[in-house]
Amino acid sequence: MNDECRPYTLIAELTYRCPLRCPYCSNPLDHARHENELDSGAWCRVFREAEALGVVQLNLTGGEPLLRDDLEVLIEQAGRLELYMNLITGGIPLTFERLARCKALGLRSVQVSIQSARPAESDRIAGAPSFHRKLEVMQWVTALGLPLTLNVVLHRDNIEEVPDLIALAERVSADRLELANTQYLGWALKNRAALLPAREQIERARTVAADAKARLRGTMDVLFVTPDYYSPYPKSCMDGWGRRFLVVNPEGLALPCHLAHGLPGLRFDNVARRSLADIWHHSDGFNRFRGEEWLPDPCRTCDRRRADFGGCRCQAFHLTGDAGATDPVCPLSSDHGLIEAARVQAAERPVSFEYRTGRSVVQS
Amino acid sequence: MSNGTTGVTAGPRLRSKVRLRFDRRTGRTLLLYPERGLELNDSAAEIARLCTGEWTIDDIARQLARTHAEVSPVEIDRAVREFLRSLADRGLLEGHR
Repeated sequence: MNDECRPYTLIAELTYRCPLRCPYCSNPLDHARHENELDSGAWCRVFREAEALGVVQLNLTGGEPLLRDDLEVLIEQAGRLELYMNLITGGIPLTFERLARCKALGLRSVQVSIQSARPAESDRIAGAPSFHRKLEVMQWVTALGLPLTLNVVLHRDNIEEVPDLIALAERVSADRLELANTQYLGWALKNRAALLPAREQIERARTVAADAKARLRGTMDVLFVTPDYYSPYPKSCMDGWGRRFLVVNPEGLALPCHLAHGLPGLRFDNVARRSLADIWHHSDGFNRFRGEEWLPDPCRTCDRRRADFGGCRCQAFHLTGDAGATDPVCPLSSDHGLIEAARVQAAERPVSFEYRTGRSVVQS
Repeated sequence: MSNGTTGVTAGPRLRSKVRLRFDRRTGRTLLLYPERGLELNDSAAEIARLCTGEWTIDDIARQLARTHAEVSPVEIDRAVREFLRSLADRGLLEGHR
């Protein structure tokens, strides 16, 4: 296989455990069932195999990666492989000394997420007191000279705060600000009626973000991710199935995206039983939606088929029941009415969140 | 202005978050920063390696002119400035005016 399909980034989901419980969490709905986490040795082998396969960026994420007692061991291994390592964290639990140790071992950047610019609201959404601690962690990150990404997941209750979030990002000297609208899959899809902003909210926020991006060019990168529900075209989800990204989940399943194993009829392999290179190049799961053979109509003959690859497979499945369908976000999809209906619903009064808990839930 | 005693430098310098890495698969240089990367061609890699703060933009252009005699110095100067501008816009350079 040529470099058309080369993983540049490994997303290592080190654990599903997390002290927070945000209602739009992208963990699987039944995450409490997943108890067998890969051990240090297995992760170190995954890093070596990933690097040999072409990976140069490593995202250490979760759940909350700081809950891994062996995080430093993993960072040291990845540092020896010269992987550009980004820690994606809620900042709890952490000490300055531990962060300094991680930097010395090769950590290159840190992404901290907050849930709102308002402390009480951030804590309410996270389901735990955490805002002030996160601010402190951000100060540690910049004090150590590490580039800081401030990440905020936007939804209808905090999207009006975009100007405050930009001001906060400037105050903490963030290197990047990610204003990422919720991806409506997993927990967020269950809570979509409460979370999806109205169109005018999106338009206002997008304008403010674009102004800030121009004003801060060269100092801070401002990224605004429009929700699919208000995008004219589907996203090129993960830059295309099995093209650029490789996810390994806490139990060792290698996946093209972190929710791919929720799709029916696809078989994914565990890194404990098959080499990463073999999985990447030859497994059914990774090859299922590569290339153009599998494309449905109208994608098959569409000019944009190499720009968006038919959109998000998980979204297609969760909305239409068919993982091989055109992403309904596309106006040419025969299921586009589902998206339009959700936009209409977004104008209605929001319902309260269903908090993510440690228990398995029965899907309604 | 260059100042030998304080270490203040005159030229563009890659920010500390930037890492240059040789890519075994392509033989090219990758410029890595948080969540992003650029694959550099040979002359871009040459320019990036000279962004140490030690060299001014003119120094960098002169250095490239020596190794690329087939290209006019005016063309090289333009290409160097354009590339440095693109790095600065991405927030990858300090000391760039």
